[in-house]
Amino acid sequence: MSAAFIFEQLLNSLQLGVMLFVMAAGLTLVFGVMGLINLAHGSLYMVGAFFCAWVAGETGSFWVGLGAGLVAAAAAGAMVEMLVMRRLYDRDHLDQVLATFSLILIFNEGTRWVFGAQPLYLDIPSALATSVPLPGGGGYPLYRLVIIAFGIATAAGLYLLISRTRLGMQIRAGESDREMIGALGVDINTLYTLVFAIGAMLAGLAGALVGALQSVEVGMGEPVLILAFVVIVIGGIGSIKGALIGAILVGLVDTLGRAFLHKLFALALPPAEANGYGAALASMAIYLLMATVLAWRPKGLFPVNG
Amino acid sequence: MVEMSRENLFNAAIAGLLLALPLGAWALGESYYISVASRVAILALAGVGLNLALGFGGMVSFGHAAFFGLGGYAAGVLSHHAFEGSAFLNWPLTIDGSDSTLTLWFAALLVSGLVAAVIGAISLRTSGVYFIMITLAFAQMIFYLAVSLPTYGGEDGLPLYLRSSLPGLDLSDDLTFFFVCYGLLLLAIFLSLRLVGSRFGAALQCARQNETRLSAIGIAPYPVKLTAFVFSAMITGLAGALFVELNGFVSPSILSWHLSGEIMIFVILGGVGRFYGPIVGAALFIVLETVIGGYTERWQLFLGVILLGVVLFARGGVIGLLAGKARHD
Amino acid sequence: MNKKLIALAVAASVSMPAMAQAENVKIGMITTLSGGGSSLGIDIRDGFALAVKQGGGKLGGQDIEVMIEDDARKPDKAKQIADKFIKRDKVDILTGIVWSNLALAVVPSAVKGGVFYISPNAGPSQLAGKLCNENYFNVAWQNDNLHEAMGEYVSSQGMKNAYILAPNYPAGKDSLAGFKRFYKGELAGETFTKLGQKDYAAELAAIREAKPDSIFFFLPGGMGIAFMKQYAQSGIEAPVFGPAFSFDQGILKAVGDAALGVKNSSQWNKDIDNAANKVFVADFQAEYGRLPSLYASQGYDAARLIASALKKAGGIGDAAAFRAALKVAEFESVRGAFKFGPNNHPIQDIYVREVVKEGDVLTNKIVGVGLKDHSDAYASQCAM
Repeated sequence: MSAAFIFEQLLNSLQLGVMLFVMAAGLTLVFGVMGLINLAHGSLYMVGAFFCAWVAGETGSFWVGLGAGLVAAAAAGAMVEMLVMRRLYDRDHLDQVLATFSLILIFNEGTRWVFGAQPLYLDIPSALATSVPLPGGGGYPLYRLVIIAFGIATAAGLYLLISRTRLGMQIRAGESDREMIGALGVDINTLYTLVFAIGAMLAGLAGALVGALQSVEVGMGEPVLILAFVVIVIGGIGSIKGALIGAILVGLVDTLGRAFLHKLFALALPPAEANGYGAALASMAIYLLMATVLAWRPKGLFPVNG
Repeated sequence: MVEMSRENLFNAAIAGLLLALPLGAWALGESYYISVASRVAILALAGVGLNLALGFGGMVSFGHAAFFGLGGYAAGVLSHHAFEGSAFLNWPLTIDGSDSTLTLWFAALLVSGLVAAVIGAISLRTSGVYFIMITLAFAQMIFYLAVSLPTYGGEDGLPLYLRSSLPGLDLSDDLTFFFVCYGLLLLAIFLSLRLVGSRFGAALQCARQNETRLSAIGIAPYPVKLTAFVFSAMITGLAGALFVELNGFVSPSILSWHLSGEIMIFVILGGVGRFYGPIVGAALFIVLETVIGGYTERWQLFLGVILLGVVLFARGGVIGLLAGKARHD
Repeated sequence: MNKKLIALAVAASVSMPAMAQAENVKIGMITTLSGGGSSLGIDIRDGFALAVKQGGGKLGGQDIEVMIEDDARKPDKAKQIADKFIKRDKVDILTGIVWSNLALAVVPSAVKGGVFYISPNAGPSQLAGKLCNENYFNVAWQNDNLHEAMGEYVSSQGMKNAYILAPNYPAGKDSLAGFKRFYKGELAGETFTKLGQKDYAAELAAIREAKPDSIFFFLPGGMGIAFMKQYAQSGIEAPVFGPAFSFDQGILKAVGDAALGVKNSSQWNKDIDNAANKVFVADFQAEYGRLPSLYASQGYDAARLIASALKKAGGIGDAAAFRAALKVAEFESVRGAFKFGPNNHPIQDIYVREVVKEGDVLTNKIVGVGLKDHSDAYASQCAM
C-alpha cells in the first residue's frame, strides 16, 4: 500500500464529504429555521440532476445545464414550500414525515412521467475529463477536484450569507426565536419560502454535480437523502458547522471503510470471506458511526440551542 | 363523552368490517380476498405495535421495520431449518429448526424484544428528530447485514414451503389463517388498551407529555419508555412472523426503511394514539395500493397525492376525521 | 342479508362452468413498471406485447388475455400480485419478473400450485438447481451464463491478471463465481461493493494500485453507468469487460462515449442474422420508435415460446401436452438456435459484442462467440 494510494483515498473522502455537505446544508438550514423535517430533499436533488441533464443535452453545455438544474430545483422547492410545507410548520414531526414521504412518491413518479423511464445521459464537461498527477504517482480526476472546490465555495458562501447579510440575520433570528422575528416586522412567509428555495437549490447543485459523475435516474435521491440525514444528525441538527464536520466524518468513514476494511479482515480470514465480511461491515460503517456519536452525545456533535 | 362513544361505535364497525370481508369472500369462493384481509390484519398488527411507542409513548420510531423483519427472519429461519432437517445452532446449545407455530412466534417475540432492548437502551438517550434518525440508523444496519450475509440467502431471501402447525388448527387454510391473525390483532389491541389504562400507561403518557413532571413524582421516565418500546417492538415482530408465513418467503425487503415509513403511515392515516387507527390505516393503504395499482402503473403518483391530502386536510387521521377530534389524552 | 349472500355464491358457482367453456388462455405478467429499474420491465412488456400484436391479439392461434401489473421491484408486492392472478383471475401462465429476488419470492410456490412460469429475465441458481420445477421455464439465461462467457473470452484474449468486482448480494457473488469458473488467469483483486453504491472512487484507486491487465465488472442499472463514467476519468488503461447489462440499448445512451469499444457478453444482439430477428428489430422500431434491448428480445421470445406451445398442444387444457410442447421449444428464437436443457434452462450460444457508434447512436455489434451451445452449472443439481 503506497502513500499515494492513501492520499488518494483521503482526497476521495474529502470529495464525498463536501458533496454530502452541500446536500446536508440545505436540510439542516430548513430544519434550523423552520423546524421542518423534509424527506423530499432527495427529490429536489433528483430534480436538479434531471433538469441539468435535459438542458445540457439540448444545449450541449454542461454549465448551462447546471444553471438550469439550480433554477429548477429552487423553483420546485419554492413551489413545494408554498403549496405544502407552509401548512406543516405548526404540526408535529409525524405529519411532516408523512407529507414529505408522499412528496417522494409524487416526485419520483412525476419525474418518470415527464422524462421517461430510462436513465438520462449527463457527462462532465470534456475540459474537465482529465486527471491531475498526484505527488507520489497516479492521477486524480480533475472533475472531483472541481467538486471539492464547489463544496468549499458553498461552505464559504453560506458562512458569508448567514454571518454578513440581512437575510442571514433574519435566518439566525428565526433559529433562535421564531415568534419574535414575526413581531419585528419580517415577512415570515417570504423568508421561509426563500430559505426553503436556497436549501432546494443546494440539493439541486449536489444532484447536478454528482449526476454527471454517477447516473441520472428516478429514485436517485433516496440513498443520498438517508446519508444527508446521517450527516446532520451526527453534526447536530440545525448547525451548518455541524453539517460540515459531520459530512467530512461520514465521507472519511465510508470511503476508508470501503478501501481498507476488507484488507483488515484478510489478515484473519481467507480472501473470499474477508471480501464479503469487509463489504458487509463497510456498508454498515456510517450507521455504526452515527449510533456511536449519538450514544455519546445525544444531540450530535454541535447541539443547537443547548 | 358523546364523541368518545361515537369513536367506540366506529371502532366496532371497523373490526366488524375486517371480519366480514373474508367471510363474504369465503362465501363467494374468492379466496384471494381472504389473503388481502390477512395482509391488512397483519400490517395493522405491526401498526398497533408501533402505535404503542409512537402514539402513547411519543417515541417516533422510524425503524420498526427492523423488528418486523427480525420477527420474520426468526420465524423464517427456524422454519427453513425444520424443512431442511438441520439445526440452527449446535454450540453452545442445540437449537433445532421448528415448524411449530408457537415456537416460531416465541422466537419472533424473543428476538425482536431482545434487539429492541438494545436499540431502545441506546436510542432513548436521544429525543425528537435524533430519535427518529437513530432508530432509522439501527434499522439500516440490520438491513445491510441481511442483504450481505449469504447464510440465509442474502438479498434473495428464503422461500419457505410449509405453513407451521398450530395444534387443532390448519394454518394452510386461508380462512383459518385469517382468523388467527385477526385474533392476534384484537388481542394486541386489547392488551394495549389494558396497558395504556394501567398505572404504567399513565406513567408512559405522562412521559410523552412532560418528562420533568414524571421525574418530579419519583418515576424515572427512561425505564418506562424502554419497557414500552420493547413491548411495541415485540408486537411488530410477531406481525413480521405472520407476514412471512402468509407470503411463504422471507427477504430483506421487510427490513427496508420504506416499510418503516409504511408502518408509520398506517398509524398516522388511522389516527395517532387511537387503538383501532392502525386497522383503518393499513386497510386504506392496501386498498388504495391494490385498486389504483390495478388501473395504472402510475399508482404511486396517485397514492402520494391522496396521502398528502389526508395529512393536510384530515388532522387526527381518518378516525379523527370521521369520529371527532377527541384523543386519548 | 345472509340469504342474499348464499344466493350470490350459488349463482357464482353455477355460472363458473359455463364461463370456463369460452375461456381464453390467461397470462399474468408481473413486472417492474415504476421507479428505478422500470425501463427493464417496460422493455419486457413491450417485447411481449409486440409478439401478441403480430399474432393479431392471439398467441399460437389461441385467444389470450394478458393482465399486466407493476411490482415496483418489491418482493412482497410481486408475491401479492401473483396471489391475485392465481387465486382471483385463475391465470394459466405467469411471466414478466425482472429480478432474481422477486422471482424467488413468486416462482417456487406458483409452479407448485400448477401454474406455468416462463421467465423472461431472472435465472437464479436455485431455480436452475435444487428448486427446479417442470412448470418453470427460463427463456433468457441462467444468471451465471453471461459472466461465464466473459470469463472464457477474457482468458482467450490472453489476459492473465484480471480485477473483478460486483455488488455484495447473491447475484453479484454468483456473477464472480461464474466468471472464475471459466477464467484461467490470476486475479489482481476481487471486490464486493455495496448494493446500490454509485461512487467508485475508493474502488478505482484500489484497481489502479493493483495494476490489473483487465477489469471485469457486474454492476447492473445505475451502478454500472456510474462505474463506467468514473472509470473513463480515472486514467486507468486496462480494458473493461462485462455482461450485457451495463451496455445494453436502454442504458447505453446514459453511459455515453465512455462505453465505446467495451466488449460485453450477450445471447442476443440486433445484428444476429436470422429471419425472426430481422422482423423483430424492424417491427419493434416501427411500433415503439426505439431500438429493441436485450430485455425486449427476451419478452418477445417468451411470448413466442408460449405461442409455439399453445399451437402445438392446441391450447392449455391438457397441461401435460402444453408442458411437453414448451419443452421442445419449437419456435424461431430471435437469437438463433435455442433449446432447453434438462432443467428447463436454455442451451445456447453466448456472443461477445462490442459497443460501437452507428451515426450518433451507441449500439452493439457482435465480434465473436464466448461459449457455444452453453448450458449451466446447476443442471446436475436438478432432480426432475
